Amino acid sequence: MSSSSDFEALRSTDHAPGDEPADHHEIAEGIVGYLIGLGLAVLLTAVSFFIAGTSLVWHPSIPIALVVLAIAQIGVHLVFFLHITTGPDNVNNVLALAFGVLIVFLIIVGSLWIMYNMNQNMGPMPMPMG
Amino acid sequence: MTAFQAGAEFGDGRREEAHGGRPEAVLGHADPAAKRIIVGYGFWIFLLSDIIMFSAFFATYAVLSGETAGGPSGKDLFDLHNVAIETACLLLSSFTCGLAAIGARAHRDLMYYGGMAATCVLGLGFLGLEIHEFVGLINQGAGPTRSAFLSSFFTLVGCHGVHVTLGILWLLTMIAQVFAKGYRADILRRVLCFALFWHTLDIIWVAIFTVVYLFGAGA
Repeated sequence: MSSSSDFEALRSTDHAPGDEPADHHEIAEGIVGYLIGLGLAVLLTAVSFFIAGTSLVWHPSIPIALVVLAIAQIGVHLVFFLHITTGPDNVNNVLALAFGVLIVFLIIVGSLWIMYNMNQNMGPMPMPMG
Repeated sequence: MTAFQAGAEFGDGRREEAHGGRPEAVLGHADPAAKRIIVGYGFWIFLLSDIIMFSAFFATYAVLSGETAGGPSGKDLFDLHNVAIETACLLLSSFTCGLAAIGARAHRDLMYYGGMAATCVLGLGFLGLEIHEFVGLINQGAGPTRSAFLSSFFTLVGCHGVHVTLGILWLLTMIAQVFAKGYRADILRRVLCFALFWHTLDIIWVAIFTVVYLFGAGA
């Protein structure tokens, strides 16, 4: 096998983001995948809304719990709706996602960190009088 | 060959002729499949850049969410029942969009058109609720000019709403294109991109209902 046909063979086993997994040959399998995703997403959403409004949970833990639930739900959406998985045919999609997550993390955490420090270190500025 | 494998041929007649329709025979010939992968991957990169744009709006909102300038805060304004119904609409529409994507690949008219129509109705329901909420806020003097908190709120949630609006226009276009041109390979690639776009909007909404509404109403 020449190296170019090796490359073609490799490329053809890649997986387009959003496409059904290659081992889903029946329509029913595809529907079951989306149903599982919907069930998990509804469950996580319901828990999120429940603990946001309840007094049963220790109050300071609620924001952390909400963030964890949201990240879990985003994971469910990625796997069951967008079909981004850890399989070898998905490496490109996952690497692109990982880079995106890195930038998102830098923007959000960086902004909060910098603005928190500025709030701490800069006192109220004298208002310019007109 | 099952219906789904027939769909996985992506309507490419040329390939069927050359290889007698055997899926394993086409693995070496990557052209049509590779194009679908490249288009999907390219659109995935676009969606990630869209998510990065949203992250800037999220960062702005997170920094400004306490700056109410003496005006109403999220706790006074947000109606979680409304948000729960909006969330249900988007979640169900993600599911029906998935059904439509399966229907398109399997060339099943009922599944494709039914799924797309349900997605459209649920998307319009979401938009209607969001517009209703925005109009209510503006009418009670809590418009985007009231405080930095409300400016960033309307920018972030409104930007998502604009995406949903564009998504519905795209959805109607895809219904019309499949109706007019059939399940052609290029049309199916557009359906794939549309489904990716719609699912990504749902992911962004998960972040919005957590960070904006649940944090805002609970804190």
